[in-house]
Amino acid sequence: MAANSVYRPGLNRWSILLSVCTLMLVVAGGLVTSRDAGLSVPDWPLSYGKLMPPMEGGIFYEHGHRMIATMVGMFTIVSMVWLARTEKRKWLRMLGVAALLAVITQGILGGMTVLLLLPWWVSTSHATLAQLFFSTTVAISMFTSAWWLAGPTVTKESVAAPIRRLSLLAPILVVCQLALGAAARHKAIGSIYHICGSPIVAGVILWLCLRISLHYSQHLELRRAALTLAGITFSQVFLGIAAYMTRIAYADAVQPMPLMVTFTVLHVAVGALTLASSVALAIIVRRNLSPLEAA
Amino acid sequence: MPEWNLKRFFGVAPLLLLAACGSSPQPSTQTSSSAPAANLPEGKVDPATAGTISGKVLFQGEAPVMPVIDMSSNPNCERQHPTPFRAETVVVNPNKTLRNVYIHIKDGLTPARWAPPAQTAKLDQNGCVYAPHMQGILEGQDLEILNSDPVNHNVHAECQKNPAWNESQAPRAEHKFKKFSNEETIFPFTCSVHPWMRAWIGVSKHPFFAVTGPDGSFRIEGVPPGTYTVEAIHEKLGAKEGKLTVAPSGAATIEFTYGS
Ligand SMILES: [Cu+2]
Repeated sequence: MAANSVYRPGLNRWSILLSVCTLMLVVAGGLVTSRDAGLSVPDWPLSYGKLMPPMEGGIFYEHGHRMIATMVGMFTIVSMVWLARTEKRKWLRMLGVAALLAVITQGILGGMTVLLLLPWWVSTSHATLAQLFFSTTVAISMFTSAWWLAGPTVTKESVAAPIRRLSLLAPILVVCQLALGAAARHKAIGSIYHICGSPIVAGVILWLCLRISLHYSQHLELRRAALTLAGITFSQVFLGIAAYMTRIAYADAVQPMPLMVTFTVLHVAVGALTLASSVALAIIVRRNLSPLEAA
Repeated sequence: MPEWNLKRFFGVAPLLLLAACGSSPQPSTQTSSSAPAANLPEGKVDPATAGTISGKVLFQGEAPVMPVIDMSSNPNCERQHPTPFRAETVVVNPNKTLRNVYIHIKDGLTPARWAPPAQTAKLDQNGCVYAPHMQGILEGQDLEILNSDPVNHNVHAECQKNPAWNESQAPRAEHKFKKFSNEETIFPFTCSVHPWMRAWIGVSKHPFFAVTGPDGSFRIEGVPPGTYTVEAIHEKLGAKEGKLTVAPSGAATIEFTYGS
């Protein structure tokens, strides 16, 4: 399917730029929640009736988030158009459209949550869709890379250690875990569900990564992707514990405490990286391993 | 396919938006009292028999030290506080009493429709702090919200039994006048521009409420004779209640004790 697609360095670099900006946007969004700044700008789409309000206190975070979001939205339009005009793979052109739809929906959810005074289900959807959108941009970066277009190194799935299905389970569990985390953050549920979910998700990821390093260590791409996912997940668990501990330590604080904000926002951002790397690993596994049945 | 998706999306998006705007809580300054209340007799104080309820809210044990609010990222706020400003979550007075406790008659009054007083209650934003920190108002009474600061605030009434709202208030902007038509004890006002800002308001059906001041005492006047449950509510330390009887033209007293 990639045979008639040409590597376009510009498109690939643009896609990577979109991913990086999206990660910044996730950080900015996490800051809005952690700094309790979500309602500091009561109106939407304008801010205090203006395009540029005085950036003071919580307005800095809320309006800053809106500005970065606008930029990411514009970049996504460029990506979609670029893909639509130059890309031969239809599914990738569709992915560009899907990304644009996601980012528009995301903007509307963001506006809705402000106008409806942060109902948990809107805020949680906004936070979860953000994570899915980031993974989409990372996937587009991957699909437009020279490495991807060079084609896979197909090997057979090992009978002793099948991972094609397991590789799909990981991102699904990560999405659930992210949604639980978002719901806890927006006070829909207690954080206990997110905490209980973490050993399950981390366990499945560890299992998958161990299988790859034990049974597929000769496959460079698989090994690297597994190592990346394992490393990110390890950091994520550490950040989660740190975020939780600071939350307990500052339970009585009357304003957001910098240490708590830092760990929580890092946890959100590395959560996005965890999902993106688990999605990437699943894609690489399914592309490079021919299924057992077909063997 | 992509074109179809886009068309479909842009067809739906404005609807979504409309839905979002339409169902957003509309702050209203004109709220009518509910129908059953209209049938009730009008509440009146009979000066010949009215008594008083007074008392104190004591605090036992060591007074908690409130954190200093860090306003360094908001120079316009910080400048207005020559001395560090401490949070007002728990304010223990020098005489070991507790300030900012909302006291009201919870039970025992003959149901009546009390007309809101002509004077407005005031909530000021000054030095990026609300003043007063705690107050009671009557159902339907005007609450005048002022911004005495040189900065933008958002005013978020986090009510549960009244429609919640969130509005911006620019420096020197026109005062806001708000009413709350349902009894609600107690709910916070918050500002997300300055996340430490917090004021509390109790909305009462009747005028028999008070808030403890710098000496921890309170006094409710014009109370009809009767036996009442009086409730004290503190924003963090919770609610306590006690019973008392007001004799005709009598003075009943009650004390509440918080702390360890
Ligand atoms: Cu404010």
